[in-house]
Formats: sequence, structure tokens, C-alpha cells
Amino acid sequence: MNCPQAKLLIDAYADGELDPAGVLEIERHFRDCPACAQAFHNVQNLKKSMKPEALRFSAPLELRNKLESEWRSQVEASPGQNEKLETQEGLVTPRRDFFKFAFLILNSAAAVCLAFLVSFALVRPSAQQQLVQEIVSSHVRSLMANHEMDVASSDQHTVKPWFDGKLDFSPPVKDLAAQGFPLIGGRLDYLNNRAVAALVFHRAKHAINLFIWPTNEGNSDAGARPSVNGYNLIHWSHGGMTFWAVSDLNEKELMEFVQDFGAN
Amino acid sequence: MDERERLKSFEQTVLPHLDAAYNLARWLAGNDHDAQDVAQEACLRALRFFGSFRGENARAWLLTIVRNTFYTWLRKNRQPENVIELDDEVLAVEDVSVNAEILNSRLADTDAIRRAIEELPVEFREIVILREMEGFSYKEIAELADVPLGTVMSRLTRARRQLQKRLASEFRPGAKP
Repeated sequence: MNCPQAKLLIDAYADGELDPAGVLEIERHFRDCPACAQAFHNVQNLKKSMKPEALRFSAPLELRNKLESEWRSQVEASPGQNEKLETQEGLVTPRRDFFKFAFLILNSAAAVCLAFLVSFALVRPSAQQQLVQEIVSSHVRSLMANHEMDVASSDQHTVKPWFDGKLDFSPPVKDLAAQGFPLIGGRLDYLNNRAVAALVFHRAKHAINLFIWPTNEGNSDAGARPSVNGYNLIHWSHGGMTFWAVSDLNEKELMEFVQDFGAN
Repeated sequence: MDERERLKSFEQTVLPHLDAAYNLARWLAGNDHDAQDVAQEACLRALRFFGSFRGENARAWLLTIVRNTFYTWLRKNRQPENVIELDDEVLAVEDVSVNAEILNSRLADTDAIRRAIEELPVEFREIVILREMEGFSYKEIAELADVPLGTVMSRLTRARRQLQKRLASEFRPGAKP
């Protein structure tokens, strides 16, 4: 394990959320790297200092009383009680509602303009680099924290429907066992400020994460990106979807995988 | 059957977790008045949805409702807190090498910790509350907050780096401890 990997996992380690293999690896790294060991102690100290008994708020008596009388009156007013609740929910009159609504729209319009201007001011040549970094981080986390997948199945007909209802798009799912890249499962992940599909494949001992989400970009051929922390990345777009394959597998075999998956 | 019995069973389920509900609402809303509104509304919703409660983890169930109620309330009552700050998601984990000595000297100051948590963006704050004050596992938090597990991990990591940074920078050498 190297420092960038350790940095992603120190908190999970402090929270006891790493799997046994990850624990061994990170502890070995701490023995070799005083800086990461110190970072871990800092997290531990921070955790210890956040004492729930000092920081928690207790429910005021006033709230308890309000609730109890509210509940009792609910019971006494029998049928139609739900409707009564619904109207209580909107405590404002329709007219005030309208102004509130108009105000809200103006506000959000202003916020959108501001966000737009800010994003222009900061035109980020590194947006792509940040995305690549995020992809690699997601890959590393998926390996170390024992949550490679949410649905473990080599059956594409199990994995594909699993995504329905969890995503607003339907990612292509294929099993490539015949080509030596068996499908292991699928997972929801969060990249580029949106929920994305992650498919997990194996090649011998190597894991491949394939991230998929919709895009407006046209089709683009599969191209290797500079590797990050020893992980290889290949990106392409096809049929309104964008694809990122990431793995510690060598670039040549990763490209084979990508071709087998059907990238142009 | 009784509505009365239903209410009794509801109260037995929910009342033990009222502190947790209020605590989450209080940290999310930032003041007692709004927190009471949110907690009260959440408990009324919980009563309405009690039929769909399957008897698993009552605290997680109630806190999910508190959280959802809070975000509905937030949309109605306040401008989005951090349209821009959410962009933080894109940033890789910041490399903050905080000075351990300074940091540790600040950790005894509960008020400073409280302030630092209050200053976190709400998406980070809620994960910190659920982890450090409620002791939920990453998996439970992921279900409760309806985000992928990897997002729980990365938000918690970023939240803690921000806390450390704020705590370390709040320190003024020479000021009274």
C-alpha cells in the first residue's frame, strides 16, 4: 500500500470498517510510514474528542409535551385524521405560498447564475484530472473496504435489473467469462456529482471496475489515459453512455477487456 | 382495534429515540426552534407511516424520517446552503498535514469542536453526527442517508480533514488556552 491509498482508508481503519486484509496492509504501511501513522493518530484523537455525551442535544420537555398531546388528539379524531394532518403540514395560506414560491424561484435563478459565473471564473483545466482521481479513489475504496459490489452475481440478467429503480438510466451489462473476464457483480457509486453504475470484473487476481453513466458527448474511441498511482484507465463513449475502465491490470489486457466489452 | 393500542405501540417504539431524533434535527437545522419544528413534523409523519415499520431498527427508521423531513423543510424555508460547496465532492481528499501538537491542544475544547462541526456543509455534518454521535456503521449510514457506501467513506474522510483544519487554524499562539 502506498501513501495515497492509505490516505483514503485511514478513517475507515479508525472506524473499524476495513476488512482483515485491508487492516493488515494498512498496519504494515504505518510501520514504514511515520507520516501516515501520525495522520491515523490525529484521526483517533479527533474521534476521542467528539464525545457524544458532551455534544448531543436532548429533546426539550416542551417538545415531548407537544407531541404527546398531538398524538392523543390524533387518536381521538378518528377517520379523516390523515386529511387533517395533510392540511396541518402546509401552515401557510395559499396566497403567502404563492409569494414564497415566486421568491424561491427568483432565489434559485440567482443561485444558478452565480454558480454559472463561478464555474466560468474557475474554468478548470483540471476537471478531467479530478474526475480521474475520483475514479481511482472509488476503485481503491471498492477493493479495500470489502464492498466491491452490492449485487454479487455473474449473471448479467440478475445484475442489469438490479440497477433498475436505483439509477435514472439503464447501463449495458455483459458477462465476459468466455473471454477470461468473468462478471462478478454490480455496485452503485457516486462520481462526477451523480450516481453511476459500477460493474466489477475479474481477471485472475485483478479486479476491474467499469464505471458507466449517461453523457451528451458523441461516440469516442477507447483511449488509454495516463496511469494514476499504478492504476490503468481507459475511457470511451458510446451510445449516449460514457465508460471508464480502471484496474491494476496491465494496459494491454485492460484494452483487451475494453474491446471485448464492445467499445469501438 | 384500537387506535389507542396502535398509539401505545408507536410511543413505545418512537419515544426512546426522541433524543436521537431531536439531536439530529438540532445539528441539521442549527437552532432549537427549527429543530423542534422538524422533529415534531417528523414524529407526526412517523405516526402516519407507522404501518410500514417492519420492526427492524427503530432508531434508524425514525432518523431516516427526520432526515427527509429536514431536507423538505430546508427546501421550503431556506436557500440552498451550499450550491457551490457541493463542488467539494469533486476535489480529491485534501492533503492537510495539520500540526498534531496544535490540533491536540484544541481537542479538549468542546466549544471549538462544536463550532467546527456547525461550520461543516450539511451533507458532511449529517454523516459526522450519524457516525460519531449515533455510532451507526457505514452501511447503516449509507441506507439511512440514501447514498452509496463509497460516498459515506469519502464524505466522512473529507469532513474530518475539514474539522482538523478548522480546529488547527482557530488556534492563535499566545492566546489564552
